[in-house]
Amino acid sequence: MFGSITPDMILAILPELSLLVVLTVVFIADLVLPKERNTWLPWITAAGLAATFVATLLFARPVENELVWGGMLRHDLLAYVGKLLFIFTAFVTTLISVKFDKVTGKGEYYFLMLASTIGMTLMAASADVVMLFLAIETTSIPLYVLAGFMTGDNKSTEAGFKYLLFGAMTTAVMLYGFSLLYGFAGTTNLYAMSAAIAAGSVPGPVLVGTVVLVLLGLGFKVAIFPMHFWAPDVYEGAPTPITAFLSTASKAAGFLVLIRVMLASFPQILADWQLMLGVLAVASMFVGNVVALTQKNIKRLLAYSGIAHAGYALLGVVAASELGVASVVYYLLVYVVTNLASFGIVVIVWRAIGSDEIEDYAGLSRRSPMLALVMLLAFLSLAGIPPLGGFIAKVLVFAAAVEANLIWLAVLGVLNSIIGLYYYLIVLKVVYLGQPKSEEPIAVAPAHGVAIVASILLVLLLGVVIAPGFDWALAAAASLF
Amino acid sequence: MDFLNSHLLSLILFSPVVAALIVLLLPGENKTLARRVAFVLSLVPLALTLVAWFGFDAAPVVDGFRFQEQTVWYSAINSNYHLGIDGLSLSMVLLTTILTPIAILASFSVDEKVKAYMALFLALETGMLGVFLSLDLLLFFVFWEIGLVPMFFLIDQWGSAKGERELWGGMKVPARRYASFKFMIYTMAGSLGLLLAIQMIGVVSGTFDLISIFQTWPALQGELFGLPVATVKSIAFWAFAIAFAIKVPVWPFHTWLPDAHTEAPTAGSMILAGVLLKLGAYGFLRLVLPLYPEQAQQYAGVLALLATAAIVFGALSAWAQTDFKRLVAYSSVNHMGFVVLGIAAAAYAAGTESATIAMNGAVLQMFNHGISAAAMFFLVGVIYERTHTRDLEKFGGLFPLVPVYGALLILSSMASLGLPGLNGFVSEFLVVRGAWPIFTAYTAISMIGLFFTGAYILKGIAKTLHGPLNEHWKGHISEINRRELLVMAPLVVLMLWLGFWPAWLLNVINQAVVALFG
Amino acid sequence: MGFDILSAIVLLPILAGVVLLFLPPKNHKLIYSFALAVALVTFLLSIVVYVGFDANGPAFQFVKQYDWLPQLGISYHVGVDGIAAPMVLLTGVVIFTGVIISQRIDDRPREFFAFLFLLASGVFGVFVALDLFALFFFYEIAVFPMYLLIAIWGWKQSREYAAMKLTLYLFIGSVIALVGVLAMYFTSGLNTFDFVRLLNEANFSLEFQKLWFPFVFFGFAVLGGIFPFHNWSPVGHVAAPTAVSMFHAGVLMKLGAFAALRVGIMLMPEGAQFHMWWIILLTLINVVYGAFIAMTQTDFKFMIGYSSVSHMGLVAMGLATLNHDGLVGASIQMVSHGVMTALFFAVVGMIYDQAHTRQIPELGGMMKIMPFAGVAFIIGGLVSMGMPGFSGFVAEFPIFMGVWGETPWIAIVAAISIAVTAAYILRAVGKVFFGELPEGLQGHMHDIKISEKLALGILCAIMIAIGIFPSVIVPMVEHGVRAVLALVGGA
Repeated sequence: MFGSITPDMILAILPELSLLVVLTVVFIADLVLPKERNTWLPWITAAGLAATFVATLLFARPVENELVWGGMLRHDLLAYVGKLLFIFTAFVTTLISVKFDKVTGKGEYYFLMLASTIGMTLMAASADVVMLFLAIETTSIPLYVLAGFMTGDNKSTEAGFKYLLFGAMTTAVMLYGFSLLYGFAGTTNLYAMSAAIAAGSVPGPVLVGTVVLVLLGLGFKVAIFPMHFWAPDVYEGAPTPITAFLSTASKAAGFLVLIRVMLASFPQILADWQLMLGVLAVASMFVGNVVALTQKNIKRLLAYSGIAHAGYALLGVVAASELGVASVVYYLLVYVVTNLASFGIVVIVWRAIGSDEIEDYAGLSRRSPMLALVMLLAFLSLAGIPPLGGFIAKVLVFAAAVEANLIWLAVLGVLNSIIGLYYYLIVLKVVYLGQPKSEEPIAVAPAHGVAIVASILLVLLLGVVIAPGFDWALAAAASLF
Repeated sequence: MDFLNSHLLSLILFSPVVAALIVLLLPGENKTLARRVAFVLSLVPLALTLVAWFGFDAAPVVDGFRFQEQTVWYSAINSNYHLGIDGLSLSMVLLTTILTPIAILASFSVDEKVKAYMALFLALETGMLGVFLSLDLLLFFVFWEIGLVPMFFLIDQWGSAKGERELWGGMKVPARRYASFKFMIYTMAGSLGLLLAIQMIGVVSGTFDLISIFQTWPALQGELFGLPVATVKSIAFWAFAIAFAIKVPVWPFHTWLPDAHTEAPTAGSMILAGVLLKLGAYGFLRLVLPLYPEQAQQYAGVLALLATAAIVFGALSAWAQTDFKRLVAYSSVNHMGFVVLGIAAAAYAAGTESATIAMNGAVLQMFNHGISAAAMFFLVGVIYERTHTRDLEKFGGLFPLVPVYGALLILSSMASLGLPGLNGFVSEFLVVRGAWPIFTAYTAISMIGLFFTGAYILKGIAKTLHGPLNEHWKGHISEINRRELLVMAPLVVLMLWLGFWPAWLLNVINQAVVALFG
Repeated sequence: MGFDILSAIVLLPILAGVVLLFLPPKNHKLIYSFALAVALVTFLLSIVVYVGFDANGPAFQFVKQYDWLPQLGISYHVGVDGIAAPMVLLTGVVIFTGVIISQRIDDRPREFFAFLFLLASGVFGVFVALDLFALFFFYEIAVFPMYLLIAIWGWKQSREYAAMKLTLYLFIGSVIALVGVLAMYFTSGLNTFDFVRLLNEANFSLEFQKLWFPFVFFGFAVLGGIFPFHNWSPVGHVAAPTAVSMFHAGVLMKLGAFAALRVGIMLMPEGAQFHMWWIILLTLINVVYGAFIAMTQTDFKFMIGYSSVSHMGLVAMGLATLNHDGLVGASIQMVSHGVMTALFFAVVGMIYDQAHTRQIPELGGMMKIMPFAGVAFIIGGLVSMGMPGFSGFVAEFPIFMGVWGETPWIAIVAAISIAVTAAYILRAVGKVFFGELPEGLQGHMHDIKISEKLALGILCAIMIAIGIFPSVIVPMVEHGVRAVLALVGGA
């Protein structure tokens, strides 16, 4: 079916292959290692992910954009950047899962996470509706389980179940949309679809209808309005490292698919979905930011902030230009590392004081000034303050909106960023102004320390040395046009 | 000598401020040292002024001014540090540099914060001299305003310690705070119009150099800011006139003066009456008349009316006072009225002989009032230091107790009254003689004012020196001492000298008057 | 190419801030000494820039440019013109004196100085940035630390509210200006954020300028405290700790005016001309209303806060005249007001530290206790009333002249503020320094330290030097103003 397998084709799926190997190793290790040694599992996983990351970085960079594996996958820079991002995220997630009660020694936990990561890397590269669907399912199903992983915990169970139900439903809706498209266009390839649409083989109303259906499905993955409602509950209930994984990698994967589908398959009806997405972007920003104002739980707060951030990132998609896509990619890079740092801190604090309530963060700065500083930087990056990555990312998406002459979007975006600033500041105020219940410094496990420091350094780096990151983003964007 | 000649005015101008710094930096808290150093250093500007005085005729004249100096000060708005003197300013500079050492000598009795007091006093001298020496409109304003600051603090800090004033709202403040505040706000508010008018002239002329503005500004025709030039000039005229009128002070802008004079320390009052009031009159002469000849002529009647009011009401108010210092303070309003009357007359009939006479009289009156008012305030201060009261009703019959003091008080009062043979007579006569043909009615009324002048002066003398002796003071009041005599000596000499032979000063003044307005 | 002094000035504080964070938190003495040393070096560097600026040289000096994000035409491009160079010096002065004054901070001083230095870096960055992106970058860096500095170390009763209000106001302004800048970037078609290139090559259409000028101008002018967006400022001043108030009123507010001039007026001169007639009216409200409100205050710091509103109104008014005199005056006023208000807040801080009240009616007799501070405050007060011989006069006089050249009646109305200012300053001086020392304070107060006297002395010296010898600053400022004038068409 694929003809002869070329080295290129192998390189295109090198990350997936490597992850499979890691997955197998973890699986076996879990079986053979004695019970008291199962603390090694996260380290095996982390080492495997690191190796995969390096291998991908060195060998899997596409020379030219091409469809491989019979048009199932596209070996391009967008996918490449996405894959690196997911592997990195998985790596950090593994680190912050170390010594996280109830998950740390469980082989299936790492197994599922790796499986989900494979799904994401495939999502980033999928060029065919069928492949895309499979990739999304590969990603989602392990995540459903992971969200409900803490079986003794009602909230976690609820989270897993809720996620499963809504996820299954929206995936079905999306699948329905894809099948309609296939029916009219006669092809499952995303790139071929655009040709079919251009040829007029899909009736207009159907086309717009399918776009809506597809958007519903993808909107769920990236948690934008109106498909955002699951996020706070699931984020709150899921084990924090998984929340981190959900809010970063899963969201980013969804965005990559969204970009590819919209720009590869529907460029002809740009004007229609542009407005639609624009409205959704604004609504997401408002809903995310406004509701976040009232949150008392830090994970819920980050969930709503994530919804708002999806809104900002969407501005770049709406712009539908090279700068727009580049800005989304940059935004995702920044957002992922920033959120990893934030959740890293949530994990650390939870381990020390067993609470995710914001009021329990009071006086963190007095207890552990460095931890507070990292939190400060992470939250400021989310708020979009230089010299942190969040600032650059926001400027880029707003620039993309202005460039596309969507000034109203840019203005609404910047005003929203002010609302955002407000609640981030409220949290920071608690951290810096509150009186701690105890003066005792918060213990930081070395793995966690490495994770948050690495993430926060990347946040700073992306905020100060912009050019290399943006080069990647731009190249990734160029691969779509 | 070359340096001295080419920078004479700068030396005069800044030697007091240098002296102030020296006094401030004197080590330790030695009060006597501070006083003596301040006094000796205050003689430096006097000496330099005398150099200018005697070299005056020989110095070359450029555009009517001698000893000119010019360097860029504020390049962005084209303002220069430009100094120069003519007879008018020279006589005022002389008055200032004479009165300052005298006033410092009179302040030897100040016992609190002596260094700061002396430094402020010297700084004040620089401020006053700057006004007389400036040939740049902006520079003029700079010194005009800057002189307020030391005066404010002199009144505020060293003014009479007694007395309270109730403000609206029932808050009580010390009287000296009230007075200093009123002085500052009045004068600053008055200066606002001046400031604005100066800015306007600067914008229109593109320069602040008085010599060139003298040429261009009066000749300006056409429209400005959408209004006819004449209207703009009228408004600007009044802006200038009010600022100067407050300082003089012309009735009805005089209400700050009794408070300020009364509350100021003795030497402060001496300088305030002796020099500061002259700044206003000088402003009329130096700026208003040359810059607005037409407007000045047009509104001269109004000025003359106000001047007459000042003469009459000033005298009446003085008569009504029971506070000796307030009495003298109101007398200033009265006497300065003659200055303004002379100026108004000269403005109205510029070019005529009468105008020249009136003008000469006005300038001479400025000088004379400086001398006699200083003397009067000093004598009030002397008696106050001994009795700690200024209430006329509490004195009485002191002549036998303090004969020398009494004699000096009578002499000064007579000079102030305008007794022939003393200085006041000459200048008031000249003003009246000059103004008579121009503003006959006003002058006639002013003559009636003179009658009241006599009345209050005599009241002052009678209440203190004559009448039944207030037994309370017997043994409690001492004769005027040597230092105080030293203060009075030069003043008395000048009163007599100017009374018998005013020509030495009038010649210098006349030169300027003829050059400017002849 | 030699030593990149501007970058050194910009980066030194921020690097020092990072180093500070790794010093032992309990060793306050070490932290303070280190901060002081860094501030001193920064101050000296800023003097070098000021003195090294050649008033006859090219428009921008000490220029350095490095690629930053070449794909979007963003570069790290720094340089100063005649308007920026004095601002750099001002910032140097305020950081140095501010650190001196902050000796009494004993809650987490290490973080305090780190944030303060971050702020300083941002401020320096804005003044030297010749790239709009860099300007924004630094602008936000400068604004943000204010939140923490006020919220953590500020006056307990209002700090949270004030800090949040300030931050939100300023950010709304800045992001709106940001949209404007982005619009300029794309409209110019030059694919560059470089200020100098945009200045020379952009030629925005009149319609564009008319539309966007108000956004950019007001976006920045919020930080300059322009009416009706001035509300944050007095509240912020009052709540901030002393050094931060000094920075805030002394330097930060100038950032707004400076950026409004740089980005708003210089890049959209025709838009500026089109809109200025009504902007000048707003500034008039600032000037007069600010002064009257200041007069009604009984809280010492509020009084100064509102006086800042009034004085910054004069800066904006000078800018709005768009003529030579007005711009020269505004530029000098930025320096003059910066120094003056820093001094005010420093003195108020010194009094508050000991008296624990800032209510004017509850204070008195300070002249006897801290004569040096009293004299310094009086000098500041004289500057504030525009007394000749001090920097305030040198600054305000040309502003008024500039206004005369445009709308004479505004000059006349604005002059009221001078008398009002004199009234409230004298009243405060009279009560606080010369009034009776309240019984409650007797025996509790003592004189200020030598180092604090040094700080006040530096500030006073600058105000007097400018007042007596305007030529220490005027040629430089004029040099910068001429470039602006060339854009707005002479006048």
